[in-house]
Amino acid sequence: MSRTEVLVDADWVEAHLDDPQIVLVEVDEDTAAYDKNHIRNAVRIDWKRDLQDPVRRDFVSQEQFEALLSERGIANDSTVVLYGGNNNWFASYAYWYFKLYGHEDVKLLDGGRKKWELDSRDLVEAVPTRAATSYVAQPQNLAIRAFRDEVVDSIGVKNLVDVRSPDEFSGKLLAPAHLPQEQSQRPGHVPSAKNIPWSKSANDDGTFKSDAELTALYEGEGVDLAKDTIAYCRIGERSAHSWFVLHEILGQENVKNYDGSWTEYGSLVGVPIELGA
Amino acid sequence: MCGATAGGLNRDGIAEGKETVIEGTIERDGEPITGYVRLLDSTGEFTAEVPTSATGAFRFFAAAGTWTLRALVPGGSADRSVVATSGQVHEVRIAV
Repeated sequence: MSRTEVLVDADWVEAHLDDPQIVLVEVDEDTAAYDKNHIRNAVRIDWKRDLQDPVRRDFVSQEQFEALLSERGIANDSTVVLYGGNNNWFASYAYWYFKLYGHEDVKLLDGGRKKWELDSRDLVEAVPTRAATSYVAQPQNLAIRAFRDEVVDSIGVKNLVDVRSPDEFSGKLLAPAHLPQEQSQRPGHVPSAKNIPWSKSANDDGTFKSDAELTALYEGEGVDLAKDTIAYCRIGERSAHSWFVLHEILGQENVKNYDGSWTEYGSLVGVPIELGA
Repeated sequence: MCGATAGGLNRDGIAEGKETVIEGTIERDGEPITGYVRLLDSTGEFTAEVPTSATGAFRFFAAAGTWTLRALVPGGSADRSVVATSGQVHEVRIAV
């Protein structure tokens, strides 16, 4: 993959708003944001209600994902363009999720909803109707998803990239500063992890930095891009943003996202934890 | 806005005296304006970001220390420094 294959800008989206081959999908941390307004002809995917198993902590099944995309009018050959708030955190998460279930043609709107709003581009309240499809998903591609045992086995072996803020990494905070402080049982980070906050990959307006800047960022922090890499954060959404940078923009094949992330690791009994910067 | 809480946000659910809160509004020519607010730490590193409410209000749960608030609105931005004390609610108005 490369930047031109996986990112589109706002001008491109405006030019394709009425293209039936393109399905624009908004995915937000604030799941009510779409109700307020959204880009014309965009459908919504709710990262909680639509993408999480309602009982267990896990994703919806392959069959449930097929039913979801079929109901939203997304076909196997649709070009899906994802965007959302929070600098595309949850849009990146959805991108990774679409790739997990094997959707071929998916892209991110660079800068997401924030860039669109800061450009003063039009947003509407009208909800589009799309004809249902018969979507067929693939089994999960576990080459891009890490689980806790692999993370523990990777301490000191693989690149572990903690993309949370420095205060979360050091253990001062348990969650991002705009959320109430709860979640894991213990603060800190996985030993040997490098703290490369997701935010270093993005400009103020939410667009991704250049390939040269992104490569310099990771190599400057001592990440050997030739080695296998696992990215994690608190619940796997910010690390999906960093996975997107490493796997999709920079084309590193050997990168996984650990969606259990700190809310799982920081509550495990007996695993090693480091505190401090 | 008669009767609204300071900063335009309800404080229900905040553990007063326990959580360190930085909140306030973005304003242009004295009127609230919607946009985004970024919270930067004492070294200028990004920590968090929120969209404002429809009345320009924002809130962060932060640690004690020196922070910079960066407001982003269409066509402009502005920074404000704030020193947060543990367990206190700090209200800040940012003029853009």
